[in-house]
Amino acid sequence: MNNFKVLTNGIFRENPTFALLLGMCPTLGVTTSAINGMGMGLATAFVLIMSNLVISLVANIIPDKIRIPSFIVIIAAFVTVVDMCMAAYLPSLHESLGLFIPLIVVNCIVLGRAEAFASKNKALPSMLDGLGMGLGFTLSLTLLGTIRELLGSGKAFNFPVFNENWGMLIFVLAPGAFIALGYLIAIVNRIRK
Amino acid sequence: MGKKLESNFMNMVIVLFAVTLIASAAVGYVYTLTAGPIEAAKQAKQTNAIRQVIPGEFDNDPGADIWKMKTPDGGELEFYPAKKNGEAVGTAVKTYTNNGFGGTVWLMVGFNPDGTISNYSVLEHKETPGLGSKMDFWFTRNGKGNVIGKKPGTHGLKVTKDGGDVDAITAATISSRAFLDAVNRAAAGLAGTADATSGATHQNQ
Repeated sequence: MNNFKVLTNGIFRENPTFALLLGMCPTLGVTTSAINGMGMGLATAFVLIMSNLVISLVANIIPDKIRIPSFIVIIAAFVTVVDMCMAAYLPSLHESLGLFIPLIVVNCIVLGRAEAFASKNKALPSMLDGLGMGLGFTLSLTLLGTIRELLGSGKAFNFPVFNENWGMLIFVLAPGAFIALGYLIAIVNRIRK
Repeated sequence: MGKKLESNFMNMVIVLFAVTLIASAAVGYVYTLTAGPIEAAKQAKQTNAIRQVIPGEFDNDPGADIWKMKTPDGGELEFYPAKKNGEAVGTAVKTYTNNGFGGTVWLMVGFNPDGTISNYSVLEHKETPGLGSKMDFWFTRNGKGNVIGKKPGTHGLKVTKDGGDVDAITAATISSRAFLDAVNRAAAGLAGTADATSGATHQNQ
């Protein structure tokens, strides 16, 4: 697989949200608005790129039996770094994402890519895989967030599009996340065929 | 890719130790870098909230003149007095209620020296988005349930459903009651401490 294919793989063909159906917890939890979805996606993308890079470099010196704990420690370190940087420089976003940032540690996409790709490939393709998967995740979360924000409160990226009172509240609440995600997966499946 | 390191006991102990050591060193280093900005961001938020709820200008640092008061149910109110040339121009009160629809709601409420509400700011809440979360602007001067300029007094503000004169947020009466509960708590605390501490503050001066 060449590098370009590795990069685009995560964005569409193996999109973590729509194709692999991984990381559903943050997907459903934080996408109440487009900004939240994008912030969460970018934070995860950073963690993915960095952990994929480091894991691909150290994979050979990590004995097989302790690879999962080692990977988790590496991922947790990067997540903590993101959490602290966000609290320091983007306090309002940090507040609205809340508990979901530390929970990137247990996002199955990150460990999944470390295990399935980074530990078996060289540094550059691993980074590209992290970037592709991260962008795919960001795109799907932003899309879902935009749809829910628009239908729920009549805004897109905080810009009012139509009267807020016409919004369907259910799309801001949890059931709306399931409904919107279900329709999106159906549409993406249709296109992929 | 090359051969993997064998999974014997020594290798595993050494590698896992090295991984955790390097990871914690990295996290510790970033912590020292971000500790300052995180603290500054928290301070800025607090200061902004105070500035927003106090009418007009003040020249002291309300954060430095803070006083606190325990409430009967174990919480704590924080009072930030704003002064200009030594004259009190208002007090910002950090107050809370546990009656929110989604748990505790934290507010910063500003009071004029005569006890009327000058402004408020919602610091933290977990109310339903689109319903209770409207408390951000509902109770402001341009909102439908304006409380600014009102004086909670001894009987407290109430929503119209409870016989008061504040319009509750549509479909979010619980959140509205919680909001007024926090405001009334702040007003009661302020009235209480103004009497109790006036002697003490005079002694300090």
